[in-house]
Amino acid sequence: MTNSIPTKIVINCSTGVREVLELTQAEIDEREAMAIQSEADRVADEEAAQAKAEAKASGVAKLAELGLTAEEISAITGA
Amino acid sequence: MQAIETVTVGSGGTASIEFTDIPDTFTDLYIVSSIRNNRSANGAEQKIYFNGNTSNFSTRYLGAEPSVASGSISGRGFSGVENGNTSTANTFASSTLYIPNYNSGVAKSFSSDSVQENNGAAIMYIVAGSWSTTDAITSIKFDSGFDYLEHSTATLYGILAGSDGTTTVT
Repeated sequence: MTNSIPTKIVINCSTGVREVLELTQAEIDEREAMAIQSEADRVADEEAAQAKAEAKASGVAKLAELGLTAEEISAITGA
Repeated sequence: MQAIETVTVGSGGTASIEFTDIPDTFTDLYIVSSIRNNRSANGAEQKIYFNGNTSNFSTRYLGAEPSVASGSISGRGFSGVENGNTSTANTFASSTLYIPNYNSGVAKSFSSDSVQENNGAAIMYIVAGSWSTTDAITSIKFDSGFDYLEHSTATLYGILAGSDGTTTVT
């Protein structure tokens, strides 16, 4: 974006009129908040997935320490 | 199926794409989009607004990417994935959004599928969603919170039911 104020494209589907309009401050605030929220959600998802992967790896290691073969661990965990 | 309007983003990009005053003469709506945004990442959520509202949504998704396989999102109109600006150069996410019975007086359902490209490490999502508002849908906006880059496109189609009152395929 080259303008300091972001713009939006609005198409009136009844008239075919197309406009490029500057966002209102409320719209700017809302989309910034949405971007922050979606980023936070994505980070949380990635952290949860990482924690799950680490727990799985730890569990597999403990099974191996108990003497299970790789084939037996795979049969149990599906890994 | 009839194309209602197509938008192609010009130089300088845009914050959002919005179809307004959607005629009520169709039965279902279908949107095909090809979008890349300026997020400094591989991908970004595709988000939609119906009638300016993005809070009355709830969705379930099935995804294919390194860290997320499935889940649910409420409180915003999550509808899939878009290319961010660190993904493979000159590639754009491909997505479709289907909204049956958009004029009905009950909550609206929708489904979408979307893919983006990043040197073979593509992200894919299938989304099933609900918008709890009972008003007919008269406007649809795409706004991910990041700016859409030049050459992004979106086309809104209308699908008309057959004369017996059911949607037909010919």
